[in-house]
Amino acid sequence: MKNTLKKENSIIDEAISQDYKYGFVTDIEQETIPPGLSEDVIRVISAKKGEPDWLRDWRLKSYKNWGKMKNPSWAHITYPSIDYQSISYYSAPKEKKELKSLDEVDPELLETYNKLGIPLQEQKMLAGVAVDAVFDSVSVATTFKEDLKKHGIIFCSFSEAVHNHPNLVKKYLGSVVPMTDNFFAALNSAVFSDGSFVYIPKGVRCPMELSTYFRINAANTGQFERTLIVADEGSYVSYLEGCTAPMRDENQLHAAVVELIAHKDAEIKYSTVQNWYPGDKDGKGGIYNFVTKRGTCLEDNSKISWTQVETGSAITWKYPSVILKGDNSKGEFYSVALTNNHQQADTGTKMIHLGSNTSSTIISKGISAGKSQNTYRGQVKIMKNAENARNYSQCDSILIGSECGAHTFPYIDVRNPTAKMEHEASTSNIGEEQLFYCNQRGLSTENAVSLIVNGFCKEVFKELPMEFAVEAQKLMEVSLEGSVG
Amino acid sequence: MLEIKNLCAAVENKEILKGINLNVKQGEVHAIMGRNGSGKSTLANLIAGKNNYSVTSGEVYYKEKNIAAISPEDRALNGIFLSFQYPVVIPGVNTTYFLKEALNAKRRNREEEEINAADFMRLIKEKLKEVDLDETYLKRSVNDGFSGGEKKRNEILQMLILEPELAVLDETDSGLDIDALKTIAHGINQYRREDRAIILITHYQRLLKYAVPDYVHVLMNGQIVKSGGKELALELEEKGYSWLEK
Ligand SMILES: Nc1ncnc2c1ncn2[C@@H]1O[C@H](COP(=O)(O)OP(=O)(O)OP(=O)(O)O)[C@@H](O)[C@H]1O
Ligand SMILES: [Mg+2]
Repeated sequence: MKNTLKKENSIIDEAISQDYKYGFVTDIEQETIPPGLSEDVIRVISAKKGEPDWLRDWRLKSYKNWGKMKNPSWAHITYPSIDYQSISYYSAPKEKKELKSLDEVDPELLETYNKLGIPLQEQKMLAGVAVDAVFDSVSVATTFKEDLKKHGIIFCSFSEAVHNHPNLVKKYLGSVVPMTDNFFAALNSAVFSDGSFVYIPKGVRCPMELSTYFRINAANTGQFERTLIVADEGSYVSYLEGCTAPMRDENQLHAAVVELIAHKDAEIKYSTVQNWYPGDKDGKGGIYNFVTKRGTCLEDNSKISWTQVETGSAITWKYPSVILKGDNSKGEFYSVALTNNHQQADTGTKMIHLGSNTSSTIISKGISAGKSQNTYRGQVKIMKNAENARNYSQCDSILIGSECGAHTFPYIDVRNPTAKMEHEASTSNIGEEQLFYCNQRGLSTENAVSLIVNGFCKEVFKELPMEFAVEAQKLMEVSLEGSVG
Repeated sequence: MLEIKNLCAAVENKEILKGINLNVKQGEVHAIMGRNGSGKSTLANLIAGKNNYSVTSGEVYYKEKNIAAISPEDRALNGIFLSFQYPVVIPGVNTTYFLKEALNAKRRNREEEEINAADFMRLIKEKLKEVDLDETYLKRSVNDGFSGGEKKRNEILQMLILEPELAVLDETDSGLDIDALKTIAHGINQYRREDRAIILITHYQRLLKYAVPDYVHVLMNGQIVKSGGKELALELEEKGYSWLEK
């Protein structure tokens, strides 16, 4: 009892005393190519990674497509146009030889991950989380690899997968998010640096949470990871993703692509705690986060579940989606998006029902504070052959203060009359009256805000794996610091 | 226990309280009556520390200490309780959890162990009976969808659980049916003790019949224009307020 009390207090103290705590820069020798984007740059990236020709050609084709596309303008976000020639598309910690064990990883780098609280070191492996850490553009270490190998599970950096499992990569890469899907996905397909690859073989239940930690360190670089997760027949995997970046005055671009494929009877659970640097109180700096995440329930009885807690980034543009192709397949989207100060988030999901008896659930919780703008944008599409499809959507927003905004754009497209759709939405305020009521019962304002916000997010937090749920709650408190009174 | 000296307060340059004097001792029950808009809730909120008023002059002493600079939560932790005229809804926050947090905040402040879940459930079930609410309310969000009367009972429930030393009840009897009124009065009498004090803000004699005050004060235009014993309430019921106007 006493312990939890202490813990709670220290969390609040922490919340009061600190701003963005991941804002440090690691002093490490980086190999960074000069800013600019051209066919040559793509050839350089591909060559540095020693890629096969097919992949280099795929990149070049994506680049060509990208050149014909326009920056999307439909989202409820504003930002100065991005100069794609001023960004460096490849940066890696120097001294890139094959690492045999963690002992060979640069100690500076390990120190960074220690600061971030990632269980990279052997002793921390007891935590039971297998981690792949992506530092700027390169995957640095994957823990637990041997353990997973016993089960036939492949969990490695994307680059490694290209070399060691080319057939799998070739088969699935771009199968869910085609290179022409959208502007940022096309850009990613051309210049993606690294990321994670997961393959769970038939009938295997992955015995631990798999986790990737993304970190942008170098200045003026963009980060473009690519994640590909394939769950073969009857398998199960739970995957966690965390992100942080140093505090910098200029904006940095992050444009990732995540593709999930669930075969027959397979289940993928993908959880994100996104805490990229959000910029300072006046809206200076911060990450532009333009991410395409999509999964396909390729065959019958499969399930894909997205859970995201978005507290970081200056701009978030992100719609983790599920294509429900197999009959009886299920798609879920649980989201908490918190914006404070000058942050802007336009996030939501797409559920595309193709198979019969498919069902989807959308629970979205938006929290806006300060001068931020928070938009939910969701699409539910029931196609002609999707007999007896069901969707339940619930979109709630909470406003803290009077200078922020919450917006909800649900798009519904039903082409089969047997569909059952349910939609609920609400907007409420954390008003002075509520805070005074809590204060009058002896609760401090920080305590009251976190009580209200955590209560509001409960349905989403309970979907997160334990360690993440605790981290998410802490994050909410830190991110809301200074939003009231 | 509570001493208010010449308290003047304004909102947006509008003077609402114009020199309130009130002295409440341990064991006493004071009723405050007065017309709509006379400043009763303003006074109650000021005692609880709501900060959107500007106090232009005067002081409030609680346990012999000037509390001008004390935050609402510290006042609450030190034993001041306000039963709100209009209890607010807190969506998503479970009533049991809220009550437990509030009680534990008080316990922490007294450097006591937090109450464990089993003991808390025992306590809350016992108190629920006193206010005639059933357990299903505990599963709902704080005041969410509660009827007017249920909100008032929930306020008394919180009072019984938090065991404050000074309770200010702002129209806790308004909008109640006769049975509920008796329930609330019962709750108040349960709470009443030699070492505690109560301020009852009400429009009606009918509550005072069951929860008998030691003193009755009439608030008019931001001032206490008349004080007396419990008979004053009867007189007001009969004659209204106009005879007190100067
Ligand atoms: N925040 C505010 N802004 C403007 N006027 C206010 C504010 N709060 C109170 N007042 C005014 O102060 C006066 C006293 O209000 P108060 O709520 O204290 O009255 P009351 O005696 O409790 O009335 P009732 O019996 O109707 O509850 C009213 O005229 C009210 O309109
Ligand atoms: Mg009132």
